[in-house]
Amino acid sequence: MAIEEKGLGERDTGAAPRSAGERPFEGQHRPETYDGPLDAPLGGKQMVVNLGPSHPAMHGVTRAVVALEGETIKEMKLDIGFLHRGFEKSCENVTWGQCFPYTDRLNYVSSIMNNVGFALAVEKLCKLDVPLRSKYLRVATAELHRICDHLTLVAAMGLELGAMTVFLYGVEARDLIYDRLTEICGARLTSNYVRVGGVSRDAPDEWVEKTLQTLDRVTELRDTIDALLTRNRIFMDRTRGTGVMSREDALDFGFTGPCLRASGEPYDVRKSAPYLVYDRIDFDIPVGAHGDNFDRYLMRMEEMRQCDRIVRQCFQQMEPGPIVVEDLRYVLPPKPLVYGTIEGVMAHFKLVMEGIKVPAGEVYSYTEAANGELGFYLVSDGGGRPYKLGLRAPGWPMVAALPHMTKGALLADLVPTYDSINMIGGEVEQ
Amino acid sequence: MAKVVIEALVARFPGDVYDPYEGAGGDDCAFVQKSKIVEVCRFLKTDPAMAFNMAPYITAVDYLGAEPRFEVVYNLLSTAHNHRIRLRVKVPEADLELESVTTVWRGANWFERYCLDMYGISFRNHPDPRRLFMYDEFVGHPLRKDYPLRGRQPLVPEREVKDIFRGPGPVGRD
Repeated sequence: MAIEEKGLGERDTGAAPRSAGERPFEGQHRPETYDGPLDAPLGGKQMVVNLGPSHPAMHGVTRAVVALEGETIKEMKLDIGFLHRGFEKSCENVTWGQCFPYTDRLNYVSSIMNNVGFALAVEKLCKLDVPLRSKYLRVATAELHRICDHLTLVAAMGLELGAMTVFLYGVEARDLIYDRLTEICGARLTSNYVRVGGVSRDAPDEWVEKTLQTLDRVTELRDTIDALLTRNRIFMDRTRGTGVMSREDALDFGFTGPCLRASGEPYDVRKSAPYLVYDRIDFDIPVGAHGDNFDRYLMRMEEMRQCDRIVRQCFQQMEPGPIVVEDLRYVLPPKPLVYGTIEGVMAHFKLVMEGIKVPAGEVYSYTEAANGELGFYLVSDGGGRPYKLGLRAPGWPMVAALPHMTKGALLADLVPTYDSINMIGGEVEQ
Repeated sequence: MAKVVIEALVARFPGDVYDPYEGAGGDDCAFVQKSKIVEVCRFLKTDPAMAFNMAPYITAVDYLGAEPRFEVVYNLLSTAHNHRIRLRVKVPEADLELESVTTVWRGANWFERYCLDMYGISFRNHPDPRRLFMYDEFVGHPLRKDYPLRGRQPLVPEREVKDIFRGPGPVGRD
């Protein structure tokens, strides 16, 4: 890691992130046996505390009912669904193309990844291959959004552990990327950029150069955050050894994405089942060792560096060309064709009123979104609307495992754990 | 690839794993008898040649008008062998109960709660059989195809909340 080169002088080796051996702050579980009379536990009764639904540390609105004994969490139950807005039901009653704005609102921090995931699922069912340039545009914009997502996580994690400065740096970097994404798709958060068969717009003039400049600035800000947090005593004390998830447990609970890799399982959909152009791009998958909150944070920091590499390689490899398939069954015809020819009018009318005719069948398509595997289980009856649209939200299993992760921990450990699994209410509660 | 897995399954559970097919995009799928799902899943997880150590997504579908009406879909993944398969279980409307696979993968917990909430399919031996998204007083299962799109459910009275400061006490203590 870059930290080693910063010349910090005499370092406390026990505090270095990659130091081997005993860790000084293995503080999650309180010791069960007590030695002296002064350490004897005070007799106390259990107290049930409601955290949320609108507690600032409960991203979005989640209610956690915590049974406390002193400061130790004895049991925890999660009550989700406050943000449930019937995503699947809504999508089952609109055309395939109209689902895209709904997918924006799943993980609203990285909406293009949801767009890409849904478009790939429909294309898998249609057996449709999209033009190369649109693949590069999809990957580049999605990876930019991955940086946004990880920046949000790191910034919010800092904020909730008391480092307001980190939050401001993080949001500055994130908004720079949002500015670039606004130039290409017209919105900061709800991008609605990808279409079945390609993407909606090509990159505007000089967008690539501007984005590269933005990435340079984001790199600076990211390194600032790195310098502020990664060796920060308070931050390390709060995150190291808390929220530990072993490799077996992480697999068993269905963890994916950075949280699974932090536990030591090198699984990434982009590597194991490459989609779009990920097989043409050189990037690494960071893998953690301890599965605690600090490792999950480090995963995000390293993945941002890898995203940076991916975006730059996309820009190098990208060549001019069409950005959507030229097939009027899937893509709206260009406007001169609509106003000038009867075929154009017909195709436009059929696509808008009836939707894309997706062949009957069912498919499960999965992509690597910022928090893990974003899956769509689609069933089509051959009509213009999805018969069933099942969303496998990346954050779902992580939130489900939260009671397991925090059992026996201090109440204060709940906050970094909740941060590092990056629960996004939009996707988890659908 | 995963075709080997499906063939091995059909050979080991003849009659219980049936109609294997290759889905769109080359996914390997098969149907499983409802009563055998846990047995099949446990074999898939414990057999070292299979090693399906994760159940990334379990969901249900309502094929209204077809018989049997419901279907529970298990998407399984082996990170060791990089295999994925999809098992589909047909569930008739008359008997909406399956054995829970939470004993095989603990991550199945919320997916099964989701099926209960949205489709009314219940799971035997589930550790926490509550609704997932909707509140307890909600009537019906929203993702069923015969659930009306318009309409409102009446407001429900506030639930009795225990005194969180003094713990549970006699009713009417305050």
